[in-house]
Parts: sequence; C-alpha cells; structure tokens
Amino acid sequence: MAKTPVQFTLNDKETAVFVDGGANLLDVLRRVVGDLSPKYGCGQGTCGTCTVLIDGEPRLSCLTLAETVSDQSIETTGGLADGPDLHPLQRVFMEQFAAQCGYCTPGMLMAAKALLARNPNPQREDVIEAISGNICRCTGYEPIIDAILDAAGEMRGRVS
Amino acid sequence: MSLHKGRGFACINYPIGMNLGGDPSQALVHSTPDGKFMVTLSAIDLGQGMKSVTRQIAAETIGVPVEDVYVDTADSDTGPHDMGSFASRGTHRVGNAVIQAAKEARGVMLEAAAEELEVNAGDLETDGHGNIHVKGAPGRTITVEQTAIAAQFRQGRTISGRGIFLIPMSDVDPDTGEMTPVSCFAHAAVVVDLQVDDETGEVEVLEVNSAYEVGRALNPKMVEQQLIGGAWMGISHALYETTEPYYPNRDHGPTDFNQYLMPGAGQVVNHNIAVLERPAEDAPFGGKGPGEMCANPLLPAVANAVYNAVGVRCDTLPITPEKVLRGILVNGGAQNRGG
Repeated sequence: MAKTPVQFTLNDKETAVFVDGGANLLDVLRRVVGDLSPKYGCGQGTCGTCTVLIDGEPRLSCLTLAETVSDQSIETTGGLADGPDLHPLQRVFMEQFAAQCGYCTPGMLMAAKALLARNPNPQREDVIEAISGNICRCTGYEPIIDAILDAAGEMRGRVS
Repeated sequence: MSLHKGRGFACINYPIGMNLGGDPSQALVHSTPDGKFMVTLSAIDLGQGMKSVTRQIAAETIGVPVEDVYVDTADSDTGPHDMGSFASRGTHRVGNAVIQAAKEARGVMLEAAAEELEVNAGDLETDGHGNIHVKGAPGRTITVEQTAIAAQFRQGRTISGRGIFLIPMSDVDPDTGEMTPVSCFAHAAVVVDLQVDDETGEVEVLEVNSAYEVGRALNPKMVEQQLIGGAWMGISHALYETTEPYYPNRDHGPTDFNQYLMPGAGQVVNHNIAVLERPAEDAPFGGKGPGEMCANPLLPAVANAVYNAVGVRCDTLPITPEKVLRGILVNGGAQNRGG
C-alpha cells in the first residue's frame, strides 16, 4: 500500500514520517516515531489514556487518523519534562500519589495540561469536566482531581 | 417523583492470604558491588504498591536508605517462586519472605564489614544512612559501599540472602470440620449514604464513611489511596458493572468494553476514612495490608442502604435502576425500611 508522508511537530521537534493509509496517530507515535508515552488502552476512544494535545486541544490519538495531523503541533507526556525537571503536573501527581497502576496517567496529564492552558484557575467542577473522558480504575479520581488543582495553584504562583 | 435517602452499614473480617497448600512466597536479596541492594521477587505489583512496600521492608531490615534498594518483580524465570498477588497476601506473605532474605543479607554484610574493621560482627550497627559503625565507637566506621566492594573484590563473599514464608498447610479436622486457612485477619466497617430516585430507579451515592484496621499502615499515603480507590471499585460493582446485564433480548446487550459501565470523575463523593493500626504479630512490621477488603464491604453497604431508602432488597448485583423499579412496583411503592 502506498504510504503518505506526514510532517508535524512532536513536542516542538520537527517530525517527518511515512504512514500507511488508515493508520491512527497512536500507532504512528508509538511504533513509527517511537514515543511510547501515550498508552494504548481500549483502542476505541473510551478510556482516554491515549490522549495527546493536537494544536493544544486534547484528542484521542487512537481515533485520530495520522494523515490528518499534517503541519499540526502534537504534544505528548514524553515532552512534559524539561530535561531533569518534571512538569509541575508530573511532580504533583507523583508527590500526592495521584497514580496507582499508572496506566491512565499519561492521558490524565495531557487532559489536565490542556485545561490549565485555557483556564489557569479552575474550580473542582472544571477539573472533573476536563478529565471526564479519562477512566481511572485505581484511585477513585480524588487524588487526581486534588493534584490537578494543586498543580494549577503552583503554576499560577510561578507565572505571577 | 421523589428522592429517598438511605443509609447502609456493612463490616468485614478479611483473611490475609489463603493457606491451602502452605501459601509460600520467596524472596532473594543481593548487593551490587556499589553497595545497593536488589530484591528479586516473582510476585507482581498490579499497582497497589507492593514494590514500594517490599522496598521499605528490605531497607528497614538491612539497615540502608530506601533509595539504595531496588525491587525486581514479576519474572518467574529469574525470580524465586511465589504463589502470586491475590488474596490480599502481598504485604504479609511477600513482606515476610523479604524480611528473612534481608536479614540473611544483612548478616553477611556485617561479617564483611567486621573483617574490614577487624572487629566482631556482633559489635556492629547500621545507621540507616549507608554506614556501618562499631557500637559505642562511631569513629570506627565503614560505608556499605566500601563493604560491598571489599566483599566482592577482596573477600570473595556474596552479600546475599534467601527468604521464604511458609505456614503449615491447613487440613480440615475430620471430627469438627475446623481448619485454619489464614494466619491473620484485617477488619473494616463502612457506612454508605445514598439516595434513590423512585421514578427512574437511579441510585446516587452521597457519602462514604469507613474505618479500616490494616495492622500497621506501612505506607500511610498508599493505604489511604488504595482505600479510596478500592471503595469506588466496590461501589462500581454494586451499582454499575457487569459483562452480562439483563436485557430481554441478548442482542441488545453490550458487545464490548465501551459499553461497560464504570464510574467517572464526576461521580466521586466524599469518603472519610479512619485507619486503625493494630500491628499483627506475624506480619512484617505489623502490616497486614488493605487488599481486597477495600472494595468488598461497599457492596453489602450499598445494598443495605438501598433497602433502607426504598425497601427494595436486591440480592443480585449490580443494583440496576430496573431492579430497583421492579422492587418498588412489587412493594406497591417506595417504603423506608430498617431505619
């Protein structure tokens, strides 16, 4: 089958790949590009762990055709840390035990990052809304909601 | 339409481990040449934190910082045999095996240090920060790292230890039928407050209050996290989850996990937890572990609360709106019961 050339930025890095027709973005990121940070959960757009940001918007990479992201900006959990310095969301998730098995964590982090980019001062309800497409089996969500709220506070403090 | 509030209570004595065949767990501990320690297990950490807890247990027993201990799990080719991670046995069974292995490794470590310092191993103590001192003479000291290097390259000694936890297999007494399938019990009591809509049959949990006795909470934050998360798993089983919901026609049923009901972040309610610590004698540092009982008592508590709210006694799970409505219909209306 003919392959299509696709160029995009992945975590601010120019990336060019050849993709099969019909290939989804999650497969391309994991198998072609080698970024294993977005996880394959259900593969049906239900669990949210494959969430990546496309031009800043949270999108399910398992349901996104790779060919459609040409010239767009993709962000994954793999690009959150700045060298050895974890992103505030990552650090607070870790410090406050917002992960147990960790499988939902990449999706939660990306959904949270998109929320905080558009609303730096979210209320509890805003956080719940933002992660409503992400399923967590272990934590009961509470530590995740608290961690996102605390990271938001910390990031506001840093900006001002 | 009206909303009916109900409160349900349930308590549990939860057996730690299952002694049908001795319930063995094994652990191996060895030091690397730079004085770190590797704990090798074939029990798996499913996310509940067994890796963290066994790491703490090993560090405490050997007498080194927790940062210097690594736990390698879940390879039954390279790790020693383990029955597995089930029956809430991880902390207790695997933890005990780790203690035994870590004690043996500590013994060799102190002998190696004693040879370097030219003293008796019995006169040595660890400070938990990576150093070994002569008791009463803190100036006479050697680091764990130097000890490991000496053992490896000069003394020809392996700083290592083997551990197994095995309790006598429990047989049924032919006269009394009595048996002792477990070695210790953990306990919990939960209260669930909820409301039932008598028009839709929908059950909404409003608040959870619980008390858990888990022995010593070896890692309190992880215990709290597991109790909160596990409670939701229980509520979810009570109210939502089934692979085979009742439908008049099977073709209308779900075909995949995208139609499998699970709670989302919006359903979370306040859960107040009291953790009671009564260290168990045969448990590693007294920790029995929360395990499955995080989820179990929530199911009867929810069922009892539904009965309290509208008088419908559901004896099959999940307690779906349809079952609640059919029950209300049979009773000739919602009736507050047992309040």
